[in-house]
Amino acid sequence: MTAISQAVESVVAESRMPNRLAIGRLLRRAVSLSLCILAWHFASTNHVNLGIVTFQNVPSPLEIVTEGLELLHSKKMLAHLTASMTRVFSGFLAAALVGISLGLIIGRSRFAEDVLLPPLEMLRPIPAVAWIPLAILMFPSSELSMIFITFTGALFPILLNTIHGVEGVEARLIASARSLGSGKLAIFTEVILPAAAPSIFTGLSIGMGTAWFCLVTAEMIAGQFGLGYYTWSSYTIQNYAAIVVGMLLIGGLGMASSVLVKKLGDLLMPWRVLERKKHD
Amino acid sequence: MTDLSHIDPNPGLGRITINNLTINLGSGTQSFTALQNVSMSAEPGEFVCLLGPSGCGKSTLLGALAGHLKAGSGSIQVDGQAVNGPQPERGLVFQQHTLFPWQKVIDNVAFGLKMKGVSRRERHQQARELLELVGLAGFENHYPVQLSGGMQQRVEIARVLINAPKVMLMDEPFSALDAQTRMMMQQLLLEVWERIKTSIVFITHDIDEALFLADRILVMSPRPGRIIEELRLDFARPRAAELITSEHFMQLKRHCLELLHPQATDFPLPRLNPLGDELNTETDFAN
Repeated sequence: MTAISQAVESVVAESRMPNRLAIGRLLRRAVSLSLCILAWHFASTNHVNLGIVTFQNVPSPLEIVTEGLELLHSKKMLAHLTASMTRVFSGFLAAALVGISLGLIIGRSRFAEDVLLPPLEMLRPIPAVAWIPLAILMFPSSELSMIFITFTGALFPILLNTIHGVEGVEARLIASARSLGSGKLAIFTEVILPAAAPSIFTGLSIGMGTAWFCLVTAEMIAGQFGLGYYTWSSYTIQNYAAIVVGMLLIGGLGMASSVLVKKLGDLLMPWRVLERKKHD
Repeated sequence: MTDLSHIDPNPGLGRITINNLTINLGSGTQSFTALQNVSMSAEPGEFVCLLGPSGCGKSTLLGALAGHLKAGSGSIQVDGQAVNGPQPERGLVFQQHTLFPWQKVIDNVAFGLKMKGVSRRERHQQARELLELVGLAGFENHYPVQLSGGMQQRVEIARVLINAPKVMLMDEPFSALDAQTRMMMQQLLLEVWERIKTSIVFITHDIDEALFLADRILVMSPRPGRIIEELRLDFARPRAAELITSEHFMQLKRHCLELLHPQATDFPLPRLNPLGDELNTETDFAN
């Protein structure tokens, strides 16, 4: 027993040690990123023309910082942000609700799989842009049609990962639960759902990314606000630095939202964090 | 000593009667007879080992007893009641990896009581007592991933015992452990069983293990599984590790080796599991 608890303690102690390797890797990544920005700066300030691609009209990193600061101080910034975030989160939440419920049902029942999956598989390859005209025709307000576009983007990663998670639940776990006295409902809530949760969260994280991805597409429809609208309208008024600011904002917010979903997953599934540590 | 007043030391009876059991597994052209006309019985509180080569159908027999596999023909009864689906009174312990990774150790152990609607406080109290019984006091708030293989199997045993099963069904529960841990677990199991006398059907392909643990060994033939010999062991209890080097033990071991000696024409069969699928042994051990 003491040998075992000692072993446990040494594992715990090891994980607390400052990891030089990790710092080295962090440094390498920072250098790589800086080099890319430097190359961009060089290409844009020297108006490099490579024949098939030209940097003549590409704003330099410095111009973008200036433009970004300007946007930050403008009154419209908050309106752009809230408009986009409301759209993305509404679409995402709807997709999470629909995707997880459908995924749980389809993953558990062959009948539901036969009835529900074929039409969904048919809709899946249709890109968000292709939905625009129909979305305008189908929904009473442009706001709703924009939410619908982000919804379609987030739905499929969530749905498919949920199905995958449910189908991957080990038969042995279900058998154990049955032998311990679980009925059908308890199997679902006590085994299937927690066992599929890691996969569901992977889907949510990817879905959050694609929801932001579809935002620009959605905001091309209409509106006076939103980061996608800001990016697209900057192009039409030839404010090239603002295009890149919009792009970076969308990318950054998308990444931050995905990280948020992942962190939420870690908070709800502390055992996953321990498993990852063990495998590292 | 742990207070085990909640747990009945003689949980009902636990008499097992199996008559002419035949089980076919697989479907279509893949179908095969895993068990053929097997009859066996176990007395209440008896420790029976089923010993046989890989793929002989011993796990299939256990799966049927647990209620996870349907009998093709023949009958399985526990205390005169036909087995019809899984029940907490027939506890099943697998080889490995069946604890719920998302639950802390104490909640894994208390799971059976949760299913019965026992209050959280009460079930945690009982779970704590059982954890102490299997030597895991202090690990209540660990997750399974933080425990060694041997410790995980201790949790498995506690999790089954909390339901006060009449019968405990064990499918090679220690075969994934290293030799030293295995020996320790065998002694622990005997100690626990001395205190909570449930009937045990224990599957193994390890002759030493069967001889060390059992009151009675049933030796099985390769597929289709049949019982080819019954050995009654009268080694005194409690049993100590020295037993396995005694003369009488060695004699019986030689006898078992002869019974299990593979024919030159035989090839090893894939392992079966209590849920009826053939397991790919490599992937099964890989994780």
